[in-house]
Amino acid sequence: MIDFIQMVISGIAVGSSYALMALGMVLIYKASEVPNFVQGEMALLPVFIAYMMIYSYGYSVFIAFFGALFFAMILGCFLEFAVVRRAKNPNILGLIIVTIGLEMILLGLVSWKFGADQRIMPFPISSYSSVMIGDLYISTMDLVTLFVALAIMIVLFLFFRFSKFGVAMKATQQNPTAARLMGIRTNRVKMVTWGISATVGTVSGLLLAPVIMEPYMMWNPMLKGFAGAVVGGMTSLPGAVFGAYIVGVVEHLFGGYVSMDFKAVVAFAVIVIVLCVKPSGLFARHYVKKV
Amino acid sequence: MDMKRDYYEDVKHFSSGVMLFWFAALMIFLLLYPFLFKNYYVYVANYIAINIIVVVGLNLLVGYTGQISLGHAGFFAIGAYGTISLMTLANFPFFPALICAGLIAACFGFLLGLPALRLEGPYLAIATLGFGLTITTIIGRIDILGGRQGLHAPDLIIMGHHLNTDRQFYYLVMAIAVLLVFFARNITKTKVGRAFVAIRDAHIAAETMGVNLVLYKTMAFALSAFYAGVAGGLFAFVLRFIEPELFGFFLSVFFLTMAVAGGLGTIAGPIAGAILLSFLDLELRNILNIPYVGEWLKALSTSYFSLTGVSNIQFIVFGAILIAIMLFEPLGLYGLWIRMKKYWMTWPF
Repeated sequence: MIDFIQMVISGIAVGSSYALMALGMVLIYKASEVPNFVQGEMALLPVFIAYMMIYSYGYSVFIAFFGALFFAMILGCFLEFAVVRRAKNPNILGLIIVTIGLEMILLGLVSWKFGADQRIMPFPISSYSSVMIGDLYISTMDLVTLFVALAIMIVLFLFFRFSKFGVAMKATQQNPTAARLMGIRTNRVKMVTWGISATVGTVSGLLLAPVIMEPYMMWNPMLKGFAGAVVGGMTSLPGAVFGAYIVGVVEHLFGGYVSMDFKAVVAFAVIVIVLCVKPSGLFARHYVKKV
Repeated sequence: MDMKRDYYEDVKHFSSGVMLFWFAALMIFLLLYPFLFKNYYVYVANYIAINIIVVVGLNLLVGYTGQISLGHAGFFAIGAYGTISLMTLANFPFFPALICAGLIAACFGFLLGLPALRLEGPYLAIATLGFGLTITTIIGRIDILGGRQGLHAPDLIIMGHHLNTDRQFYYLVMAIAVLLVFFARNITKTKVGRAFVAIRDAHIAAETMGVNLVLYKTMAFALSAFYAGVAGGLFAFVLRFIEPELFGFFLSVFFLTMAVAGGLGTIAGPIAGAILLSFLDLELRNILNIPYVGEWLKALSTSYFSLTGVSNIQFIVFGAILIAIMLFEPLGLYGLWIRMKKYWMTWPF
């Protein structure tokens, strides 16, 4: 039993970083209707920028982290403004291809500059220490990840509920034409959405960096976040978070009880099963398409 | 200018004598190719021919039927592993093994097509992506298939002849490629091909007109997987050695890049895309040896990037190509060709 609870808790901890990626994906999917394959790399570049700020320019960790978040905001806005918006034939396949193209460029740049070596990001908390609650070991890093993820979710919730810009964002996602008629600059809203999404992703990247840091580090969280978002229905923020936690927990339980070898791919089996039952995810409101 | 006036004109193999002439010229060129070029370029031609097979098949699915697939490397891997293991473990001759492997891939394509019936857009993208990753993970864990160490291809014997060199292998690969491209081209002109296009353009309308969605969607997946499987089988013999890492996500993306760069929904486009990008892929691996560009890149790399040189430059180039195509010419090379043709035919107006 204690094993089971231990696994669920580590699953939830891993799920938190998936959840942040899933949130980013859903934000962008709602704004631009594209599954954002560049989500991982939008986080990767700022993380490496933070690394560079610390080692090459000698800034302190906190300044570097805030620098990275700021940079992520700019990067996300820039990608939307300079590339995604300019796509000539913005159907879903075309936009997927654009984001894959962006992903390859950013990944290529990072691996060109930093090579494939494993690096270590300095972090205020050691990734080896752990706290003991009852009989359960929880690594401090996991705990921090969990709380930061929760904090970000609450901030996003408040932002969408109470801030003027958040409401404008919701309006744009629900009905762009009506939003534009109401005087919202939907283009600008979309741009900032990309920025926010990149920032949220970067938080997850910074939390992962002390454990694993190399050019492919964001690939797995991005895929699992995507899987979680799909389980949750791609259009619902709480759904995405829930889906990501499901993916994390199922993955850990499967790894613990069935087979460690296939732990990495069990998430996809989960989503295929979920999608066979509910083709647009668990939490999506289903829209009937008019012909 | 390309107006089709009746059905028979549409299904004709060659629209004019000029086309027939160019086709004959191309065939003769392909026949003479191994005598004209160095050994390395024969290897390049084999590599290109295999990519052409995959991309033409992928285009039947993505370009004609409008279903996205990010998991074609999975079918490719099934073909490669299927062919080799049927030959070594079950003592099949080459051709039956190749066809069986293609059919196994087609079965997997059919199975993947079943959930795809209900999925579209991002859901289909993640399902196919997951399929590709799952296949390589599973193959990497099966010991009889070599696990992570990979597999060596056995000797290739066809009717008593050993095919050992790239030159000897060239005719086999090229013949299969030409055959399959012809088959794909013809299938687009039949009832099946028209059903595919109808599904792509408006699947609800197609269903109302009596197109059997279940049949044709799964057929598109199976057909496309068959192409990828056969190409995978040939690929195993061009490379002589296969391992699971070869068939990752980026291979799927590479296939998709070739199809998109050439122009989705055409036959000539993907071929052009496959030729251009496969060649680029091989050339970019030793870009530092190219005069001027290589030196400039080396200088750039040492002053701004890493001292160890350029790695993964093909990622950047392919990404840039993908974006450039989507931003400027969604129909790819084929669209460019059409535009050029139109410009010169109506020149000076």
